[in-house]
Amino acid sequence: MAEAHDPSVADYRATSPEDGGGRAPMKLVLERFLHNTLALLAVITILFFMFRLMPGSPLAAFINDNLNEDQQKAMLQQFGLDRPMWQQYLIYLANLARGEMGLSFFQRRPVTGILLEVLPNSLILTLSSLIVAYVFGVLAGAWLAWKRGSWIERAAVPVVLATRAAPEFWIGMVLLALLSFKLGWFPSGGASSPGEAYTSNWQRIFSLDYLQHLALPVITLALYLQGLPLLLMRSNMLEVMHEEFVTMARMKGLSEWRIVIGHAARNALLPVVTAFALGVGLSMGGNVVIETVFSWPGIGRMLVQAVSVHDYPLAQGAFLMIAAVLAVMNFVADLLYMTLDPRVSHGRAG
Amino acid sequence: MAERAEERGVIPAQLAARRSWRLPPIVQRLLTMPLRDPFAFVGIVIYLLFLLVAVFADRLATTDPTEILFLSTGKVAANMPPGAEYPLGTTNLGRDIYAQLVHGTESALAVGLSAALIVALVGTVVGLVAGYFGGWIDALLMRIADMALSLPFLPFVIVLIGFLGPDTSNVVLAVVLLLWPNSARVIRSQVLSLRERSYVEAARVTGASQARILFVHIAPNILPLSFVYAAIAIGWAIITEASVSFLGFGDPDNVSWGMMLQDAFASQALSRGQYAWFVPPGVCIILVVVAGFFISRGYEEVFMPRLRR
Repeated sequence: MAEAHDPSVADYRATSPEDGGGRAPMKLVLERFLHNTLALLAVITILFFMFRLMPGSPLAAFINDNLNEDQQKAMLQQFGLDRPMWQQYLIYLANLARGEMGLSFFQRRPVTGILLEVLPNSLILTLSSLIVAYVFGVLAGAWLAWKRGSWIERAAVPVVLATRAAPEFWIGMVLLALLSFKLGWFPSGGASSPGEAYTSNWQRIFSLDYLQHLALPVITLALYLQGLPLLLMRSNMLEVMHEEFVTMARMKGLSEWRIVIGHAARNALLPVVTAFALGVGLSMGGNVVIETVFSWPGIGRMLVQAVSVHDYPLAQGAFLMIAAVLAVMNFVADLLYMTLDPRVSHGRAG
Repeated sequence: MAERAEERGVIPAQLAARRSWRLPPIVQRLLTMPLRDPFAFVGIVIYLLFLLVAVFADRLATTDPTEILFLSTGKVAANMPPGAEYPLGTTNLGRDIYAQLVHGTESALAVGLSAALIVALVGTVVGLVAGYFGGWIDALLMRIADMALSLPFLPFVIVLIGFLGPDTSNVVLAVVLLLWPNSARVIRSQVLSLRERSYVEAARVTGASQARILFVHIAPNILPLSFVYAAIAIGWAIITEASVSFLGFGDPDNVSWGMMLQDAFASQALSRGQYAWFVPPGVCIILVVVAGFFISRGYEEVFMPRLRR
């Protein structure tokens, strides 16, 4: 009931495969793969032309007035910028395929290296928040469906909607002020305390210090994300409870608890699992603000910094990496949907 | 549910009695919907309140929100606690927070309403055209929609504004570019089923033009869907504007809730515990966005009972 007008659920619906039924599963997989690959290619293309059409030369940071005209020309030639646009585009694609995204204007290092350094931080933040949000959301959603019609259910739905309506960064700000600055329970930002040294990245990630820094961003993000699985689970449960197999289970004399857990919940979970996969991709994009609030050294914060100092190669790379995660997770969601929904995986019309 | 059915019976009867100003029934229902759904009613009331605040902003807050205020001693009135003179206190640079909050309503509504209008318009027209004409037009439009949907939302907005410059109209543009496909897709699938209905067939047989069938016979029936997506777009646009301002890409000349939050965050209002500075703008954003959720929910419950349970 509440999910249909919810923006994120609308996204979730829009990206789920529409007319899956009736075709051979393998063909469907290939079709979805092609679909998602083409979409990513389109994003790459849009991005290429956006960055080329913007004001100023892409070499603005390298070329300065101290260089004479010949030197400037030589430099343009060196970077291939004197060639026609379509050739530049092909070179760009070929480079991307090799994982080559150019040099950051400001850090003067390869973009790929910079991004791979911060990507784990973003993935860890996203995945831990999603897991917390979905475990809570699924349980609370099923419980609310069970409590259908009670005052607690009537009060809970608007409250959950309000958590989805709050800007993520604002939730972060309030929690920071209360839990970090006032009560001092959590550090106020960053991923590790100054002065800490680690021999490897893994050691750093599994240190207590890292987890302490991770906690508040995860709580914030989870608080924002739990609304979707909760509302989805609730409405799915309500729908499933009226299906024939539940009536059947009831007629068999199974206990209410077994019906809810063993039969209804299993089936209601299906769209939630798909939403989880999509959620990884979607919240990678949304992390931009959370990472900024908590100075979390992730890919979203990198993007914001790169755009604000006009470091175009880095901005382009960060954007592409987020878009790539989104495309991969969309495909994973398609696969999950096909595997989990018997109506699709058995080739019957759904 | 029973009383709802009764109401439906009553409205056409009243209409028949007042034939002279009769509106198309669907428009009539669109306008009276909020009275039938308590959630939607609350949503409309919230919208109206904010609209009033925006219209009478100059009277509600007489101080200029960007003016630096001074104490009688000649010092800047910085970080004043909430009190009689400044209901929410002042910023670290001595600006009236209450005045900023009131004037922020104007920009929030401007962004939200303009984005909603354009999203609904574009989504409706694309959905109508794609669904009605089908074939390559449909395929082309839906591929473009797929493309727009595979762009990560906030990163795209940031990059676009990074290029086009920090202007509120660019925020609206970015939101429109990313949100139209959702409504277009749903409206398209609705049109696919509507165009096969017998009354459309009848119109075709009597020689109605394509445009007439599309805009007179089909379009009114998908109007509620356009409203649903418009109500959602208001919230998205306001949150997006706030996020963009918070990240420092906001319009510097514009007083908005997002700008207030960014200002509070950047000037350490969090560590000083100046809750009166950063809590109210967030609460206002939540209220406006939730109102949009409630209204769209109401339209769905009344016009698309299949989605209801």
